[in-house]
Amino acid sequence: MTALRPDLAIIAAKVPPGSRVLDIGCGDGALMAALRDRSGIDARGLEIDAANVAAAVARGLSVVQGDADADLGDYPDAAFDYAILSQTLQTARRPHIVLDHLVRIGTRAFVSFPNFAHWQVRASLLWGGRMPVTRLLPERWYDTPNIHHVTIDDFRAMVAERGITVEDAWFLSGDKRTRSAAANLFAEHAVFLLRR
Amino acid sequence: MPDDARFGLRRHVTLAGPLRLDGGMLLSPVEIAYETYGTLDPDGSNAVLICHALTGDHYVASEHPVTGKPGWWTRLIGPGLPVDPARHFVICANVLGSCMGSSGPASENPATGQPWGMAFPVITIRDMVRAQAMLLDHLGVARLRAVIGGSMGGMQALSWASTFPDRVAAAVVIASTARHSAQNIAFHEVGRQAIMADPNWRGGAYYGDGAPPTAGLAVARMAAHITYLSEAGLTEKFGRRLQHSPERPNGAKSFGFDADFQVESYLRHQGISFVDRFDANSYLYITRALDYFDLAEEHGGLLANAFRHTTARFAVISFDTDWLYPTSDSRAIVHALNAAGARASFVELSSPFGHDAFLLDAPEMNRVIDGFLRAGER
Repeated sequence: MTALRPDLAIIAAKVPPGSRVLDIGCGDGALMAALRDRSGIDARGLEIDAANVAAAVARGLSVVQGDADADLGDYPDAAFDYAILSQTLQTARRPHIVLDHLVRIGTRAFVSFPNFAHWQVRASLLWGGRMPVTRLLPERWYDTPNIHHVTIDDFRAMVAERGITVEDAWFLSGDKRTRSAAANLFAEHAVFLLRR
Repeated sequence: MPDDARFGLRRHVTLAGPLRLDGGMLLSPVEIAYETYGTLDPDGSNAVLICHALTGDHYVASEHPVTGKPGWWTRLIGPGLPVDPARHFVICANVLGSCMGSSGPASENPATGQPWGMAFPVITIRDMVRAQAMLLDHLGVARLRAVIGGSMGGMQALSWASTFPDRVAAAVVIASTARHSAQNIAFHEVGRQAIMADPNWRGGAYYGDGAPPTAGLAVARMAAHITYLSEAGLTEKFGRRLQHSPERPNGAKSFGFDADFQVESYLRHQGISFVDRFDANSYLYITRALDYFDLAEEHGGLLANAFRHTTARFAVISFDTDWLYPTSDSRAIVHALNAAGARASFVELSSPFGHDAFLLDAPEMNRVIDGFLRAGER
């Protein structure tokens, strides 16, 4: 088994055994498979790409093809202990609605996203005058799936506005944890644990 | 088990019944034609039930005695395939109402000694499933590792999980729906009217020395066959190309009503070859069963209630060019499964072949089903 992406590894370590989990934008099910292989985690997935869904189902996972923007309304309240949205918020058409659904469907929610305020991104735009193409944001402006560029400070402001509580947060630079002071400048990646 | 007469190819059993039908009648005896492949594990845990579509039969993985063609789902069932007789005990039964050996309008009415004809009771998908459950009792299969079906077979798979929640561990529902739409019913009504308009139909009493309503049945099949394909598939296969014949070797318009276009001759062939293996009255009864199918209605109008008691895992698969049972129908099933908290997987696969895609070469479908089944066998 290949190592989990760093943000997924943080989430996987924090989900207690026996939990019910919905992974929204679960890709080919890497996180779900890791959760399943630990004791008694009932993981379900939602994924937009048919090939990813087929790959995940072929791994024996319960994954439904669907769109976070359109289909989260079909899930009942508090149906899961944890709802997970990793690297998907910035691709949603209406991220704030997706976030509301997340803390409605899950008692708690994990959200991870790339930080657009990272110093390299800032430097690229400031000095190069071009939209940044970095390791974590490898696509160019015209073919990126990221349609809502969000920073850690923006995210904190949005969850506060919506009355959502931040229980915990982790910040990453490369594969390494980074300090939370000045995370908006130094973290490439953020993982938040939220609840309604 | 090898010497147990219940198991193997071309089996037929007469069960005493009675079978209580949704329409209120009691049917007895109940005849069922079926096949099994593979060996039932001593603990009976490896049974997989395959449910056939409207005009299918129990020759799912063996040669058809009338057409001489291989089984209709040999792409899914066989050595090294997702449903593997080396691993699974595979059962496929001819549905109630059909004409390949199970009780239907062509079989004998015990009260008269004559074929039932239109006196055969109208049946439902759930009745078909109850008859299959009687067969499983006969075979000593308490619980299914999986029930798998496409189209009408998918409706049976849904009905199985809903009617016998304790007997199903997993259900695979392919190119199917939880309810027949007005459009579905409309197409079926065209077919039924074609049969009933055939002067040979004679109120369904054509068995014995009379000629069967083959013209009407062929038209019904032609109309239905169009709904199994896609416009893109038809265009790719035939376009507006003309039919070659001995009189017109390069193809030309006859300025008459011969099958000038290749698509016409293809449909005529589909219609004509169908009447050799299918009974017109069975077509009436089975299309009726499909039209009556509305799983939500059976559960107070809320589809999720159909799955309230199930512990089964579900895999729902649709094809993007299927306009008979489009992806939105599959999504409705998945939403209900989610609302009921059932373990559901769903994928829409891409295919140019329309509704029929599940019967054709579909490697992605096989991959999904294989993984889904193996996940339950860990």
